[in-house]
Amino acid sequence: MEHLNDVRNLIKYHGQVEREVYLDLENSTPLPSEVLQEMLPYFTSKAYGNPTLTHKQGWEAYETIMDAAGFITRLIGGSSAEELCFTSGEAEANSLAIFGTVGKKNGRIVVSAADPLNILLPVEKLEKKGFEVVRVPVDPEGFINLEALAKAVNKNTVLVSTSMVNNEIGTIQPFREIVKTVREANPDVTIHMDASDAYGRISFNVKDIDVDLLSLSSYKIMGPRGVAALYVKSGVEVERIIEGPIGTQALWPGVENTPLIVGFKKASELAFKDFDGNVSRMRKLRDMLMKGLLSIEDTLLNGPVGDKRAPDNVNISFLHCEGEALTIELSFKGVYVSSGSACTRRILQPSHVLTAIGREYEAAHGSILMKVSRYHSSEDIKYVLECFKPAVERIRAMSPTRRI
Amino acid sequence: MSRSPLPYSRKILELFRNPKNLGRMEDATVSATAGSPACGDMIAFYLKIDENTVITRASFESYGCAANIATASMLTEMVEGKKLEEAWRIGWKDVANEVGGLPAVKFHCGVLAVGALRRAIREFFRRKGFKPEWMPEKETFEEKQALEEEELSKIISQRLTLGGGEK
Repeated sequence: MEHLNDVRNLIKYHGQVEREVYLDLENSTPLPSEVLQEMLPYFTSKAYGNPTLTHKQGWEAYETIMDAAGFITRLIGGSSAEELCFTSGEAEANSLAIFGTVGKKNGRIVVSAADPLNILLPVEKLEKKGFEVVRVPVDPEGFINLEALAKAVNKNTVLVSTSMVNNEIGTIQPFREIVKTVREANPDVTIHMDASDAYGRISFNVKDIDVDLLSLSSYKIMGPRGVAALYVKSGVEVERIIEGPIGTQALWPGVENTPLIVGFKKASELAFKDFDGNVSRMRKLRDMLMKGLLSIEDTLLNGPVGDKRAPDNVNISFLHCEGEALTIELSFKGVYVSSGSACTRRILQPSHVLTAIGREYEAAHGSILMKVSRYHSSEDIKYVLECFKPAVERIRAMSPTRRI
Repeated sequence: MSRSPLPYSRKILELFRNPKNLGRMEDATVSATAGSPACGDMIAFYLKIDENTVITRASFESYGCAANIATASMLTEMVEGKKLEEAWRIGWKDVANEVGGLPAVKFHCGVLAVGALRRAIREFFRRKGFKPEWMPEKETFEEKQALEEEELSKIISQRLTLGGGEK
């Protein structure tokens, strides 16, 4: 509780800022009012029943949830609402995919070295329990090594779990080739993809990719936090990982959070309503931010450029500039970003993604991750660029590393 | 990416924004560094020492987080006007207390600052060619920790070279 008081004092000391631009969309997002408005009635007056029960509020809840599931399933090219399981977040969706697939089957699990911790940590847990885990390397831009993947998948492999778009450096993986490579090596392997950073940003279709399981995130498309989904292709076996009275979803016990699911649906609708327009808007802001920041000397872009990069992702290393110090400095200007520096983490290890692409530790410590959305304007980006230069200069001026 | 809400004290943020005695000292009597960029934190410590072995001025440079900057800044203030023997006795916990406490994962920032200071003091006497009685022969906890961090960074860079990591 002493921490609570410290943090309260910090907030007081920080004070109000004139202008705020939130670019830390990787870690949480503010809820757009148009999404909130859609959700509000479901908290108080609409479909608030338990969807398994036999009264009007229950039926309405059932109808609302299945309608949302059907809507989202259609957006990703699935066949029916039953294929979608809502969970309480990304970590839970990925854990359900991983723990739910391996069940009693023992064998090899294959992931990429640059996958999100939502994949790497559950897999690490299984490794400690005796599963064999292979982490396929990525190249300097974060693309998975397909040859190494082909070699990694053997007859004992039960699961391949990997991300479609890298959440830190925006690498759009060759996901069709990944699936093809895995199927050729062993057609019985269950293939899971985390599409949290792909959904709403790149076009894909689950049937066309031929993927078995696919995770979707709500907050990453500006929907509410606390809800995500796992697509499970009909016929693919997954076990529940949480036990309790089963409701409308075979894989998730509990009372569905209807308002959050409604928000997830609304955010999806808004992301897909003018998909191409949204994407080109994000890409324009991304390139403006990237160009401006790379004009600062001693900077490195992490991840690929152009069409191979997610339209919203910017990740830049500022050499001789420790990342945590920079995030705090920028916060006083109302610019909110995150860093892959070891200092921002309890484990004191820099971003595993940046070390997987071969970045030296110092470059990882100076990395800043930002994401843009359709809710940002070019004025926002202009303001961010104005704040960055003096912030980087002040932090660098304190450092002795430039002389060594 | 897992993040932690770092419960920095207000004092740490104040010193981060307005550090005292910041910058390289051109006419320093002695200087020392601790840590390495690969570990994400490094401190350079500069001392001006008079003929009575009193620290008349101290300054620092830091590559590191807010806690790193704040503890180094605080230590420069703490040692000013002190005899080397008194300055030597300052431990990392004293620095941590002065900045209003450090979050557990940031203890090493205080350790590193004290490590750099003690290295500078050792260097001063090495040049003088004698070792005062109050100075232990063996490295203290803070000095050992600084060394350990630097060794770790060497291992890290070797591993990266062996792994064929490209820039």
